[in-house]
Amino acid sequence: MKKLLGWVGFYLLVAAIILYSVFPFYYAIVTSLKAGSQLFSVEYFPTTWNWDNYVSVFREQPFAYNLLNSVLVSFSVVALSLFFGVTAAFALGRVQFRGRGLLLMTVLAVSMFPQVAVLSGMFELIRGLGLYNNLLGLVISYMIFTLPFTVWVLTTFMRDLPKELEEAAIMDGANPWQIIVKVFMPLMWPALVTTGLLAFIAAWNEFLFALTFTLTNTQRTVPVAIALISGASQYELPWGNIMAASVIVTLPVVILVLIFQRRIVSGLTAGAVKG
Amino acid sequence: MATATTELADRALGAASIAAPAQKSHLTRSRVRAAWLFLAPMLILLAMVAGWPLFRTIWFSFTDANLSDLSSAKFIGFENYLAYNDGEWYGVLADGEWWNAVWNTLKFSVVSVTIETILGLIVALVLNASFPGRSLVRAAVLIPWAIPTIVSAKMWSWMMHDQFGILNHMLLGVGLISAPLAWTASPDLAMTAVIMVDVWKTTPFMALLILAALQMLPTDCYEAARVDGIHPVRVFFKVTLPLIRPALMVAVIFRLLDALRIFDLIYVLTSNSKDTMSMSVYARQQLVDFQSVGYGSAASTLLFLTVGLCVVLYITFGRVRFDGR
Repeated sequence: MKKLLGWVGFYLLVAAIILYSVFPFYYAIVTSLKAGSQLFSVEYFPTTWNWDNYVSVFREQPFAYNLLNSVLVSFSVVALSLFFGVTAAFALGRVQFRGRGLLLMTVLAVSMFPQVAVLSGMFELIRGLGLYNNLLGLVISYMIFTLPFTVWVLTTFMRDLPKELEEAAIMDGANPWQIIVKVFMPLMWPALVTTGLLAFIAAWNEFLFALTFTLTNTQRTVPVAIALISGASQYELPWGNIMAASVIVTLPVVILVLIFQRRIVSGLTAGAVKG
Repeated sequence: MATATTELADRALGAASIAAPAQKSHLTRSRVRAAWLFLAPMLILLAMVAGWPLFRTIWFSFTDANLSDLSSAKFIGFENYLAYNDGEWYGVLADGEWWNAVWNTLKFSVVSVTIETILGLIVALVLNASFPGRSLVRAAVLIPWAIPTIVSAKMWSWMMHDQFGILNHMLLGVGLISAPLAWTASPDLAMTAVIMVDVWKTTPFMALLILAALQMLPTDCYEAARVDGIHPVRVFFKVTLPLIRPALMVAVIFRLLDALRIFDLIYVLTSNSKDTMSMSVYARQQLVDFQSVGYGSAASTLLFLTVGLCVVLYITFGRVRFDGR
């Protein structure tokens, strides 16, 4: 009897955890499917399937542009950080040289920079390069948080690859670039997928730089666009549109995360508890 | 994401110190040259997007720079930080709103990280038990983590809507409150609202890190405890908690660093309201809304120093943990 009670309690807890995690997103979906005044009555289940909000979010503002901007920025950020990350990780993970520990510490220190702490300097840099209100400016500025992390995870991964592979390649006369591309890259794809995905999510979700370094609606990324959706007045926010936009940007990320959940969990904890 | 890097630092430091002295063969020399060649692009990029902007921000904090014309900035010493003029103190350090922001940030960080740790621990313990449907629960738990912060802020501010929000509807339904609450607008509740959303959003992260630690634990002491018939709660406090403490400390301190720089959630949920304004929100408001780059940079620099101080504390903590093992 006591054991049964324990099981019931345990499953109640499990149910509570699932409900707590999923409900806000579920409710956003329910809200996004409502029309007009229906919004103002609380319902737990969708009663109608009305797609008007999804249409109007594209009609009332350049949301298609915003999506495209987010996609372009995020993919560029991933490609650039993986390229710079892999080359740097080779040097930091495979070669012993003086100052390596210090370099790794510096990279780690950068990952802890509060974004606000570099905001005015970054603003000057972006404007100096003529990239204000330009997606390229966002791509460059995002490197400050994706690069350190990418370098770190890839370095740990590189270091754990067997030495014999590299030695054999050196014996065959391969240069370091060939070693990276031909020997290590094929072995590294799990780490590349993990870090690439985490960099993608970080770039996709970024807000402060995107808010500060863009000016016009068509140059904005999705998070900024959503944050700035406004109605006739402060008190008349178009909640239906906001929820529809939220569902649109969240769905791809949630699907990616669910597909790659094992990879992500191992990426987040990479080395963290291996001791 | 920062958390993943934490202990890597320790490992790298360890690895660097044990590394055998490089033999000065021709091959080694050419390898080291190649290494620097491969490092150069990353280092240059990092210096450009991190080192230089940080340096310029600190420089701006000593000038009267204005956003509309950064080039005409003049050096004014510490006046942005603290200045005495005609019997009155000026500067960030004399600004009540800055100290209000500091206090808000500290309150937010301590309370939300504490709650996240406790909830994360519970979720991790549940996920560590084997039961049918475990992978489903893990998938569900990952969802808040995957949702962009801006979206979660918007989702919650709709749920917390004072008139049409489902949260008030639920609480009224079960009789916990007698009148709808204005979650994000009322001065007493705004901070609670921010903490609620942050806890929802970041507990998964905490849970996953703790779970990873739990899964590394040796099983033999649990078997011994079971044979001896020790109560599970006692086992948790006497065995599990001390064993995962190092991982827990790492997770907590990195969440804390993240919480200290919070911007987006507060900006979207409660805008520039005084009741929840964090140090980051204060600095950006000065920089962008009030256009005073010098003054805002001073606030940014102070935030940077605060976070830096926490890192130093972390490294000290790290040493303690290292020796303890």
